[in-house]
Amino acid sequence: MADAVMPVAHEAISPEEEVYLKHHFATPGQQMDADTLGMWTFLITEVLFFGGMFASYAVYRNMYYGAFASTSRYMDVTLGAANTAVLICSSLTMAMSVRAAQLSKRAELIRYLILTMIFGAVFLGVKAFEYHSKYVEHLIPGLGFQYEQFPQYEHNAQILFFLYFAMTGMHAIHMIVGLGLLAWLVWGAYRNKFNSLYFSPVEMIGLYWHFVDIVWIFLFPLLYLIGDR
Amino acid sequence: MSAHVHVPKVNILVGVWASLIVLTILTTLISHVDLGAFNIVAALLIALVKASLVVWIFMGVRFTTSLTKLFVVAGIVWLGILILLTYSDYSSRHWTYHPQPWNKTKIPMFEK
Repeated sequence: MADAVMPVAHEAISPEEEVYLKHHFATPGQQMDADTLGMWTFLITEVLFFGGMFASYAVYRNMYYGAFASTSRYMDVTLGAANTAVLICSSLTMAMSVRAAQLSKRAELIRYLILTMIFGAVFLGVKAFEYHSKYVEHLIPGLGFQYEQFPQYEHNAQILFFLYFAMTGMHAIHMIVGLGLLAWLVWGAYRNKFNSLYFSPVEMIGLYWHFVDIVWIFLFPLLYLIGDR
Repeated sequence: MSAHVHVPKVNILVGVWASLIVLTILTTLISHVDLGAFNIVAALLIALVKASLVVWIFMGVRFTTSLTKLFVVAGIVWLGILILLTYSDYSSRHWTYHPQPWNKTKIPMFEK
């Protein structure tokens, strides 16, 4: 598609394709490219939205290095790594969903979409369990925060825990939105809305889902892995 | 079917999945070894490789138009500007003297 500089309606458009072609697009290919470009534009705003939080993480980590490094003792690396694996599996099933839609395989599409939702729900369940552990261990910033192992860091370590809840919380909200979108896709697939001529919603929500996965790919090492252990 | 649809091969998708899992295990194992300042470099490099795999294969950027690729690169560049300029501000603040009440201020160029 690298040659699609000037979209011209020279492609023969079949009557089946015509059904899915919005009137303001010349060809199905142009419509697909516009969908993809628009979705990426949205995802770039999301990159910068999360980027602000990553930048503040970088600044504060540089400022209070000891306090930030001490917090990784309170993170459950096994759960974090397991959750990373769960999200990677959900990305695979999402990619397989798009493939199934492209090949008009309705049953396979529904199966992979539901699998993706299950992986997403498992991730959120583990995350909720981790949040609960943090609550039990008095690691919620501001709310009776206790940091007995490193009393000298009690003030500054709260900044990390604030960022932890802000970043993983915002990530979890994106996951919940993603689950809602996936449920909508399952409903559409159930009603046989998607096929090899029209699978754009599956592919675009797939892009969103993969983006949320990428955010976690960076959150996992920054919050769980680096530091003193 | 239209010629512009690129259906990814299953073995490529599964291969990317396997690489991502292996890299996750690798980054977790590396974090248990004390490499000093290299720990964060290794963690971020592996995360970068994983993210690139997801963008290039799972998100199918390899099949998109040059314009979409340009947008993706522009997004990364803007993220770089965001982090670089913020970081350069905070990391260079102590390079200059801090403003103080005028009678306590010692300005290096007037000291000699």
